[in-house]
Amino acid sequence: MRFLFKTHYNQDIDHLKHGGDRFWYGLLLVLAAAAPAALGTFYLGELNLVMIYAIAGVGLMLLVGYTGQVSLGHAAFLAIGAYTHSLLLGAGLPFLLSIVAAVLVSALVGAGVGWIALRMTGIYLAIATLAFAMLTEQTISRAEWLTGGFRGLAVPQASLFGMPLTQGWQHYYVTLTLLVVTLLAALNILRSSTGRAMVAIRDSEISAESVGINLAVYKTFAFALSAGITGLAGALFAHRLGYLSPDAFTFLISLQLLLMVVVGGVGSMRGVIYGALFIGFLPQLLAIARDTLPPQIAQAPGLEPGIFGLILVLVILFEPQGIFGRWLKIKSYFQLFPLYRRATHRRQKTYLRTERLR
Amino acid sequence: MVNFAQGDLMMLGAFVAVTLIGDFGLPWALGLLLSVLALAVFGYLLDAFVLRRVLGEPQFAIVMLTIGLGFIFRAVAGLVWGYDPQSFPTPYTGKSLRVGEVVVSYENFAILLGTLVLCVVLFLFFRRTRLGIAMQATSQNQLAAYYVGIPVKRVFSLVWAISAGVAAVAGILLAPVSLVQPGMGFIGIKAFAAAVIGGFGSIPGALLGGWIIGIAEQFAGVYLPAGFQEMSAYGILILALILRPQGLFAQIQRKKV
Repeated sequence: MRFLFKTHYNQDIDHLKHGGDRFWYGLLLVLAAAAPAALGTFYLGELNLVMIYAIAGVGLMLLVGYTGQVSLGHAAFLAIGAYTHSLLLGAGLPFLLSIVAAVLVSALVGAGVGWIALRMTGIYLAIATLAFAMLTEQTISRAEWLTGGFRGLAVPQASLFGMPLTQGWQHYYVTLTLLVVTLLAALNILRSSTGRAMVAIRDSEISAESVGINLAVYKTFAFALSAGITGLAGALFAHRLGYLSPDAFTFLISLQLLLMVVVGGVGSMRGVIYGALFIGFLPQLLAIARDTLPPQIAQAPGLEPGIFGLILVLVILFEPQGIFGRWLKIKSYFQLFPLYRRATHRRQKTYLRTERLR
Repeated sequence: MVNFAQGDLMMLGAFVAVTLIGDFGLPWALGLLLSVLALAVFGYLLDAFVLRRVLGEPQFAIVMLTIGLGFIFRAVAGLVWGYDPQSFPTPYTGKSLRVGEVVVSYENFAILLGTLVLCVVLFLFFRRTRLGIAMQATSQNQLAAYYVGIPVKRVFSLVWAISAGVAAVAGILLAPVSLVQPGMGFIGIKAFAAAVIGGFGSIPGALLGGWIIGIAEQFAGVYLPAGFQEMSAYGILILALILRPQGLFAQIQRKKV
């Protein structure tokens, strides 16, 4: 176990606490930057997708994991970001400006949804966001003059600093840069007073209100922030898809995003990355598993959602803190060896009371 | 306790009834009774083996768990019964009731009658029986209910049994008018909208909410351009949440600290 000798107050809020952290994260960054040289086109594309998922996951994690507001409708923000970006790009706006616009539009819509959702908690909120996502999906498929409906919308070619983005590695570096920037921004917000207010709201709304946190402002802000980051992921996702249609943003996508946050570990930014890796490579694993299963099961059309559901159920039953929680447990087992106690990580139970008397 | 898999339980109930009545050739009433019973047992076991483990976890966990279960049910139903819509034979299919100028098919009449009977039975159950009142107490405060001697865990399992049985009845009533297929549970989302509009925890509110949504959908289908019919339920839901988030029959009040 490592004991830190702190000589400065700022050490309490450092992102990287000690030399070990700095070394490993630096190594990860170097490896991520060197990946295009080592990986083939296919795996580079997959890694790109994983990082896009991770950006969306950072957005959702800020809302679900740090503000405690469940959203079942984040596919809608993904869709709004994607459509705004491709429409503006088609109208001749430069790549960077149109990404910024996509983020702003998504954040604005998110603020609206957050404002509507202010007086709801828990399941009411989940249902309202679900309704919002359904409404968005329907609107996109009906507004054919703008989005092309089910005929689809081709995503225009982007160019950055006068260089057309055609190669996989170019997209990879754009996504990597944006992911690092998003992660740093999210972590910085979380250690500021805004982030602490969000965490306070998650832990107890009544006590947060009692110490003077304006619930309405911070909840709306959290929604806008989360929607904006998800919109950014949507803009990048548009380039990945190449062709937008409403059925790319169904409820299953919302569920996948939520599954990513839950599997990775609610309430940790590292969990987002683990979750994104898991979700990104799950289809490959399923494809491999299909070869070994009997054909009448393997070829069933509803298999993939069923597997998603199964994983969700298993994770919630057996490891509610996700991959990150499991990692923490393994780490503390070795750090404390042979003194590890299982009870260290046991969570306090909260027994449900009626929502009628909140 | 919230159940996002309710619509899928309904779908399972309809499939079981189709299998018992259509494939095994049981008499209609016996098949109905058996499938409701089967679903009730299924609901009890589901709670006893799966959902009981998350008792005491945050509500978020329960929401996610039931969503996951819904996906599993749909996949399993697709594997077992296939994805082709099946029709559901009833003794009253194709006949209609004539009252003066109005013609009502027996299928719709059965839905109306079944809903009314179910509401009355549930209302009496929750008001008059010891078990019903224990269930209400458990839903209001689990810990306090436990202190006064209610076996909270078993009560929860029984609640699940009842709710799965009711879902089966709903599925059997709905099956003749909409075909039986794994995706039929999506109507459950609209049921949620109805419950939210009416105010959670209020049976008359849920009825009124369902009525509002049904009427609005039909009117939107006739008077507004195509597409608005599917959107109207969600639009009304969001409108209701803006204007009156506590529901028409409010049962939520804020606790003063």
